[in-house]
Amino acid sequence: MAKKRGTGMAAVNYPTGMNLGGDPSQALIHATTTGNFVISLSSTDLGQGLKTVIAQIGAETLGVPFDTVLVDTADTDTGPHCMGTFASRATHRVGNAVMQAAEEAKKVMMEVAADELEASADDLETDGQGMIRVKGSPDRAVSVIDVALAAHFKYARTISGRGMFMKPKSPVDPDTGKMDPDSTEAHACTVAEVEVDTETGVVTVLSLRSAYEVGRQVNPGLVKGQIVGGAFMGMAHALYETTAPYYPATDYAPTGFSDYVLPGPAELPVIESVVLEYPSANGPYGVKGVGEMTANSPIPAIVNAIYNAVGVRINDLPVTPEKVLRALEAKG
Amino acid sequence: MTAQELNVVGQSVPRRDGLGHVTGKTVYIDDISFPDTLYLKMVRSPIHHGIIRGIDFSEAEKVPGFVRALTWKDVPKNIYTILCLIGVGPDDEPVLAQDKVLWQGEQIAAILAESEAAATEAADKVRLDLEELPAVFDVEEALKPGAPILKPWGTNYFVYDYEHGQSNAFRKVRYGDVQRGFDQADYIVEERYTTSPIEHAPTETTGCIVRPEPNGRYTVYTNTQALFFSLDNSALILQAPFQNLHFVGGTVGGGFGGKVDVIVEPIAILAAMKTGRPVKYRYTRQEEMRISSTRAAWRLYYKDGVMKDGRIIARQVISYHDAGAYNRHSPYAVTKHAANLSGPYNIPNVHIDAHCVYTNRQPSSAMRGFGVTPASFAVEVQMDRIAELVGMDPWEIRFLNAYRNGDMRPHQKEVEDATLIEVMQAAAEMTGHDLPANLKAMSSWDKEAQHG
Repeated sequence: MAKKRGTGMAAVNYPTGMNLGGDPSQALIHATTTGNFVISLSSTDLGQGLKTVIAQIGAETLGVPFDTVLVDTADTDTGPHCMGTFASRATHRVGNAVMQAAEEAKKVMMEVAADELEASADDLETDGQGMIRVKGSPDRAVSVIDVALAAHFKYARTISGRGMFMKPKSPVDPDTGKMDPDSTEAHACTVAEVEVDTETGVVTVLSLRSAYEVGRQVNPGLVKGQIVGGAFMGMAHALYETTAPYYPATDYAPTGFSDYVLPGPAELPVIESVVLEYPSANGPYGVKGVGEMTANSPIPAIVNAIYNAVGVRINDLPVTPEKVLRALEAKG
Repeated sequence: MTAQELNVVGQSVPRRDGLGHVTGKTVYIDDISFPDTLYLKMVRSPIHHGIIRGIDFSEAEKVPGFVRALTWKDVPKNIYTILCLIGVGPDDEPVLAQDKVLWQGEQIAAILAESEAAATEAADKVRLDLEELPAVFDVEEALKPGAPILKPWGTNYFVYDYEHGQSNAFRKVRYGDVQRGFDQADYIVEERYTTSPIEHAPTETTGCIVRPEPNGRYTVYTNTQALFFSLDNSALILQAPFQNLHFVGGTVGGGFGGKVDVIVEPIAILAAMKTGRPVKYRYTRQEEMRISSTRAAWRLYYKDGVMKDGRIIARQVISYHDAGAYNRHSPYAVTKHAANLSGPYNIPNVHIDAHCVYTNRQPSSAMRGFGVTPASFAVEVQMDRIAELVGMDPWEIRFLNAYRNGDMRPHQKEVEDATLIEVMQAAAEMTGHDLPANLKAMSSWDKEAQHG
């Protein structure tokens, strides 16, 4: 009896957006009198940070400070339609809608600024810090606040924009399965290191090291949050979780966290990652969806590492200690 | 636009709601309360399959605090399916069970009471007269002749392509000539892969609180992942004017796909309509585990035709998705699954039959990875198995078969945005795995540069 170590790898792709398309999201943007921008949505934030990421995309496109962009979301009276937060779609779909709305609003903002500066709108640029200036003449500038005030009280103009993104719904050919099931594809490769106790059958994951390609990271910290959470969730799926421990039998179904086995802080392995960026053609600033994918590559990587460690290939998730011991016994 | 030209996209600005989350100040459903609220608890099926002969509320009505019960007769359009909004049908699930139950835990009657304790006690005291029927729990058993039939259309599988005037028992993908591929192959690799149902296990359980407004509208505070999806389905079920419903959400305390079903809102709104009082329906942890949808169990049979040099030239997959008792999002998951069973590899002959099967189980539905997770698991374990068979390094066999931009996938969409080769190169570098020079030189944009 011994503790044996092994390494395994796996590489995956993951589609962005609802499978066959037809999943719209909209955004509205308006400026307040004092130059804040409110993005109105009905999209929900699942804890992944959508509200922050959307404000970043809005601020980038408008060319205004991040802190002045407010996100008002998740109210069906005030926010225009969003299909929902799922299918690794929100940053891609909602982000595109916000970009489009921001471009429309920015056009008005620049026209008003042009009137205030007695310049052509084409000659102006935003500095991202709250000023709009004449290119090449930094002294000729006006603040976004003053532009917003002037728009409202002097020119009677609304600085606002509408945005909508939808990949049209595509059919599936009933005879061949020909279909268009993605907007873009993200990719991941995970290398797992495990230690298998041949006496108890317990598998300990020592590390999950992965490379991801996600098009463009809007917020690398939040991407890392998805990566760490997803890797841990994948590890839980690989080794621990089941609502039917003896599937297809229905016995021993769990009723809570005392009998639904999840890994805890003590089981947290080393999780490291590198992120590559090859911008997609249709995502905002090249974004691809990262949310779901991060849970996928760790699962087969761990199963392959177990084989590398002790020579048993388990085809049945989760790989519980019981299954490891039975496989070791069968192998002899 | 390059990263250098960007201002705030690409910056790790702190998340705006982070401090609220870690200090307990974020408002979740349980933080919202109104005076005069009623609590909703469900009477649920104790059996896996059976006929409802009768429901007796007489003892429940005696519980202090009991207000009223709701049965299917109170629900204007009781039979629904969530994906009707995108044209998936037919309707198959009752909001409240009518004449029969298909899974242990199915909603039969809603009890409204002045307190959660009273609602729970009254629900426990409802007497059900049920005639138990044989149940089926295994996807392949469910498809055999003689299995108890669960669906009114006479099968235990979802019928695909009815919109094309066809009735296919599974989602098909046909590409190339798989039999010819098998005939040419040096090896045939056959394996069975299975995954277990799992729970989303969100920190915040599924729930909503509905407030009738003086103007005749209903405000629904909910932790759904999709507000309009829930609103539209609720209005259709209740046959209510859409403008009468106002859904408010915000930050969801963990979704992972588990809050895309529309279960709690329609019945809670109906209860508020019937009583004129705010109504709260939130799952207990036990309900989240045993009642809310799970990730499906999957069973996949792989048969690959492989050449001695490691190239996969043919793949046949027969897979079974255990939907449990009702559609929910399962038919759509199987289609997504079918598009991903070849993985990120270039395989010229592919034959896929992906079945969406009903059993007498807790329904499964959407979860992170939606049909792709089991495919990735099976594909990537299969790759290692093939590598060993042909005596090749696990990295090398993936580079050899990796799809590249411009390749055709089995569902006949050209590959674009492929970066499989690049993530493998990066992962090898970060883990100190020294790749041979020819693999280091490969690119997803170069179809000519060949392995080996």
